[in-house]
Amino acid sequence: MKPVLSVHGLDKRFGAVVAADALSIDIAAGQRVSLIGANGAGKTTFVNMVTGYLKPDSGSILLDGMDIGRRSPRNVARLGISRSFQIPQLFVDLTAVENLAVAFSGMHAQALSFHSPAQAQGRRDKAIELLARFGLAEVADRPIFELAGGVRKLIDIAMALVRRPKLLLLDEPTSGVSAEEKFATMDRVIHAVAPDAATIVFVEHDMEIVNRYADRVVAFYQGRILADGDPRDVLREPEVRRYVTGGAA
Amino acid sequence: MKPGLHPLVMLALVAAVTLFGRVLPTWTLSLATIAASNALIALGIVVLARTGNVSFGQGLFFAGGGYGVALVANAWGITDAVAQVIIGAVCGGLLGLVIGPLIARYSGIFFGMLTLALSMVLYGALVKSSALGGSDGFNVGRPSLFGMIFNDTREADFMLYAVSVITTGLAGIAATILFRSELGLVSLAVRENNLRTEYLGLSATRIITINFVIAAIFAGASGAFALMAQRHVDPQFAYWTTSGEFVFVAVLAGYQSVAAVFVASLALELVRSFSNLYLPNTWQLVLGAFLLGVILFLPRGIGSLWVRDRHKRIKPAAALPVAAQKEAAQ
Repeated sequence: MKPVLSVHGLDKRFGAVVAADALSIDIAAGQRVSLIGANGAGKTTFVNMVTGYLKPDSGSILLDGMDIGRRSPRNVARLGISRSFQIPQLFVDLTAVENLAVAFSGMHAQALSFHSPAQAQGRRDKAIELLARFGLAEVADRPIFELAGGVRKLIDIAMALVRRPKLLLLDEPTSGVSAEEKFATMDRVIHAVAPDAATIVFVEHDMEIVNRYADRVVAFYQGRILADGDPRDVLREPEVRRYVTGGAA
Repeated sequence: MKPGLHPLVMLALVAAVTLFGRVLPTWTLSLATIAASNALIALGIVVLARTGNVSFGQGLFFAGGGYGVALVANAWGITDAVAQVIIGAVCGGLLGLVIGPLIARYSGIFFGMLTLALSMVLYGALVKSSALGGSDGFNVGRPSLFGMIFNDTREADFMLYAVSVITTGLAGIAATILFRSELGLVSLAVRENNLRTEYLGLSATRIITINFVIAAIFAGASGAFALMAQRHVDPQFAYWTTSGEFVFVAVLAGYQSVAAVFVASLALELVRSFSNLYLPNTWQLVLGAFLLGVILFLPRGIGSLWVRDRHKRIKPAAALPVAAQKEAAQ
């Protein structure tokens, strides 16, 4: 199958620290890929390079065959890659529905209206419909600063979904969520994301989540890919157990 | 966002305030004209502040408008007040279009200091320019309106009052519509987290530039009013203390309400006039104490007297201790 994202020979160094060392990954449409690795292994650097926040020292990043390695986060978003953040990046003084209204404005950023209301009925309905998919319709008109961390996380993901991205990158979608709620939260995310994002890449530390929700795992270690494949196989590999999971799963 | 007043109601208010000028004493007409003119430029600062950036150099566009109108008036004899306001706005807007895209990539204190530096560059150039009258500036003729010439002082003052109130009122209505619009909302988003707006496909630089140009247009029109009121223009228009005064009004007003800008501007002019009258040697002290008082007791500006925080900050129930939640439920 033709890959949605094709990364070849990606290098990134911060002084003496090697954050990416000749990374090469192809991600096919429809895959649900989990990136695992210890802190500092290079997972977030990879996400930051794919989304245009960091420029690679060398190598190429192709989205549907188009080189996006030198483009800005804005251009990358317009081309079809969206992301959520480990620490939700929301507009905390605005309400949930206003946050989504800002995201909808990003869809026609060249022609922002000077006069039509920010919450025109059609757009408000779409925002509430999206919140409802995450089970959050009742917080639509509450400002973000009133909401708990787990709810913020879901709204952050909802904002990334507004563009119906070709590729959705989720940076630790269950971090900060209690152990009892992590599966329920992830179920909600997968259910809500399904209609809009065919391909998902998520960074995760919890191997139970990885085992249950990923159909492919890429294990990072010191900027390199240690293993790549089916979760059951990757998580059993001795090097992965030694350097990444510490024997978990 | 709250729906607020309908634009037609606002138009009626502007008409009422304009007609009210008919019964105002003559001395208050010029005071109100200056207040409306300062409110216009401060309104621009508030528009820009919604993106998280404050311009300390609006005197640049104020002078651009003032000098532009004065040069056109002297060269082509255009004395019509409405035409002069339009020329001032165009001059300010053109300057904003040149400077805005260059400056919009900076933020915070760098943004503020760059605007201040540019206004002082213009000030220096104007002082050295003998063709523009150097530090003394130059005079222009009395403004007219639609071919009517006002020789009676009271009528001339009322004409200026009416044009300034109507222009500033219309700008206020436009700003209110803008604040409630899509651009108004994304401006607030840029102020809070401009990187996130980029990840959503929006250009924070472009949004700041648009707001910057709107502020420059308002400042240019305000410069035209100052010129018409004084019938004189000089480099002081671009000086940093002039810009500081406009920021003063914007800080007094806060960024939440358009009406607050008008109230703040009028309050400042009243405090200045009366303290100047009764305490001629210490009026700046009174002005400073007034600003301190507003900052201490109304940190979000005069507008917070009637616009509560967009969303009053309360602790979420979930964050309260269980015992406290039970207590609250009883």
